[in-house]
Amino acid sequence: MGFSITKYLNKYSEASTLAFFRLAFGFMMVLSLIRFASYGWIDKFYIQPQFHFTYYGFEWVKPLGNYTYLLFFISGLAALFVAIGYKYKLSIITFFLIFTYIEFMDKTTYLNHYYFITVVSFILIFLPANAYFSIDAYRNPKIAHQKIPSWTIDILKLLLGIVYFYAGLAKLNSDWLFEAMPLKIWLPNNSNLPIIGSLLNENWVHYAFSWTGMIYDLSIPFLLLYRRTRLFAFVLVVVFHILTKILFPIGVFPYIMIVSSLLFFDADFHKKCLQFISKLFNFSITVFENGKEKIQNFNGIYKTKIAFLTCFLAFQFLFPFRYLLFPDELFWTEEGFRFSWRVMLMEKAGYTQFIVTDAKTKENIMINNSHFLTTFQEKQMSFQPDFILEYAHFLHDYYQKKGIQEPEVRVQSYVALNGRLSQKYINPKINLAKENETFKHKTWILPFNDEIKGF
Amino acid sequence: MKKILLILSFVAVFVGCSSNDGANNTDGNNYDRTALLTNWADNIIVPSYVNYQAKVQILVTSTNTFVATPTEANLQILRTSCFEAYKAYQYISMYNLGKAEEINLNMASNTYPTNTIGIESNISSGTYNLALLSQFDKQGFPALDYLVNGLGGNDASIVGFYATNANAANYKQYLTAVVSKLKTNVDAVVTDWNSGFKNSYVANSGTSVSSSVNKTTNLFVKNLEKDIRTGKLGIPAGVFSSGVKYPEKVEGYYKNDISKELLNVSLKAQQDFFNGKHFNSTATGEGLKSYLDFLNVIRNGQKLSDIINNQFAAIYTVTNTLNNSFSQQVTTDNSKMIITYDALQQNVIYTKLDMMQALNITIDYVDGDGD
Repeated sequence: MGFSITKYLNKYSEASTLAFFRLAFGFMMVLSLIRFASYGWIDKFYIQPQFHFTYYGFEWVKPLGNYTYLLFFISGLAALFVAIGYKYKLSIITFFLIFTYIEFMDKTTYLNHYYFITVVSFILIFLPANAYFSIDAYRNPKIAHQKIPSWTIDILKLLLGIVYFYAGLAKLNSDWLFEAMPLKIWLPNNSNLPIIGSLLNENWVHYAFSWTGMIYDLSIPFLLLYRRTRLFAFVLVVVFHILTKILFPIGVFPYIMIVSSLLFFDADFHKKCLQFISKLFNFSITVFENGKEKIQNFNGIYKTKIAFLTCFLAFQFLFPFRYLLFPDELFWTEEGFRFSWRVMLMEKAGYTQFIVTDAKTKENIMINNSHFLTTFQEKQMSFQPDFILEYAHFLHDYYQKKGIQEPEVRVQSYVALNGRLSQKYINPKINLAKENETFKHKTWILPFNDEIKGF
Repeated sequence: MKKILLILSFVAVFVGCSSNDGANNTDGNNYDRTALLTNWADNIIVPSYVNYQAKVQILVTSTNTFVATPTEANLQILRTSCFEAYKAYQYISMYNLGKAEEINLNMASNTYPTNTIGIESNISSGTYNLALLSQFDKQGFPALDYLVNGLGGNDASIVGFYATNANAANYKQYLTAVVSKLKTNVDAVVTDWNSGFKNSYVANSGTSVSSSVNKTTNLFVKNLEKDIRTGKLGIPAGVFSSGVKYPEKVEGYYKNDISKELLNVSLKAQQDFFNGKHFNSTATGEGLKSYLDFLNVIRNGQKLSDIINNQFAAIYTVTNTLNNSFSQQVTTDNSKMIITYDALQQNVIYTKLDMMQALNITIDYVDGDGD
């Protein structure tokens, strides 16, 4: 074997690449947060709802009323400091913690790209991203370095590669490839677009999009890595993400991915970008061109850090496969669906009618979901078992306070998945108030009675 | 470096230009949403309103006759015209759009059970403003039903309220006020449709939440779920009150033998709308059915549009077994009401879940009714 770990760890690269990424990432976060706030979403998603769907084990993470605005402000400020490299370590830790807190306040808004941001900002805590083109390095030349260990850049490329490749793997299923689902349902909605619009009704186009998307996701990390295909790959990245931006309401995610993929380019490119920016602000980049290498001291702490990051990567590789531990169809039960880079794979919708019964008097109350949930929460709740369970417990507590004795909570629910006719989803006989969230299979989900082959 | 910048600037331009504003692209083989909206407006919605307007006009005339000469014969004519208008109303109740939405035509026309105590107090005081939100349960067809059928045990005693009662003038005045409110409401809506609203309705042919197709389809589903399933069947049958039945909460309670017919007419209106069937004609045009078929929506090897129409057929089969009076049905054999409710519920699921999903339309209605 020609590959030696020690040798690899002692390889150095230009710090401009990581600095470029830090700058781009920080500013994109600032813009995303401003965008989020400007749409009034803080109020709509975190302040208005009277009830929030939490993550198992993180039930204590809740919006803080009007202080929620403060959370967003601090994370935006931290992101800005990350971008300019000011008190970097403190800033990135703050950003990671607060952003993750925000993400965990209500799982209704779960998005893979929020998770991506959490993972990237976590990794960034451990990287010397302020060694170059940062206020920190400018004010304290001791920490300024022109060269940093290569692994500190490669680890981000690897993460980006995982996102794409796992998203591609997830597309290797019979619904996506052989039924062109869910694109068959989604694409015709854009048939009023200029030029390509009318094509989006064509069945062959649905298949073409499905297969191209799958091949794109699986191959793009490698095309970006390989120097001779890099520029071509970047063109693909741009075209692909712009297309998804036009076709689907996916916010800033496409821009984040496009800018992140610039990471794969040569340091030359990043240096030139930074030079360009420094000219705009009338200062010279040469202060960082000190030729210094950030020599690594392989002491106990450093080794622990490397070991820890290795474990984290292993976790990233394995965690998306946890669905294999659960019976029945993943798309149906969604046990192990989140945090696995399963992006835009399903068209799933549900209908729920909750019934609360007084155990003593046997009196029934038919629940009107809109009394407790926002339209968005109700939509998400209707087809995800963990949401249904948490909501059932909320109803139990609510009606117990109202004087109902030992409220029993049952649900009549139907779910339609990827172009199948709707069918009963949750066992309507089960008193959900007596069921608890666990990492085990939820036996009260009715069987799917179909099979989606593949990953 | 230059190449990359070139690509990025190309991106900026491309994104800038392609942020589409729902421009009409009728070439190619898109589903023609303009044709859909045109059919809905020209052949279904407006003709239904015009028909309802005509029936209300007849109601106005028979009311005037009855008020001028309160006899049993005139009462019977009034009663018939009232029922005809009530049936015609079932054809327009789902189009809560434009002016109808603005003036709350639905709430003002068909809030039941009606508030008889409130009606009597309005009559005795002689001062009221039917435009107020608080007056919705003291007017419309349910109030009319009470005024024409519910004041007394037989026709002679009902006529007595308008002829010999000490407060007869006030009774006449209230009856006239309720009927003329129905008329001003429908007149306003028809005028609105014919003076510009139709054009803006059809022109709003995009796919956004506020587009006409989305709004109207939402109203279609909402009408089926809330007004028909819940209102006409679920509440009287005790589905929402742990089995406590409410025979007095049926539609047309005072006439009492019309709730089944009103249900059937409203279901017919729903199905006709689904199929794009022209009002009062056998011709059909674009509708939710043709939209689904255009998208080739197959579920379990069957067209979803057929599944929905078959379910309508199944619903009619069970409604046929019901008593003309739902008050009696609820009291004698409520299980048949429940069976009907369940059959209807299945089509709520097919339309609200499967159809909306296939058409990529978001449910956006939030309702405010109580537990």
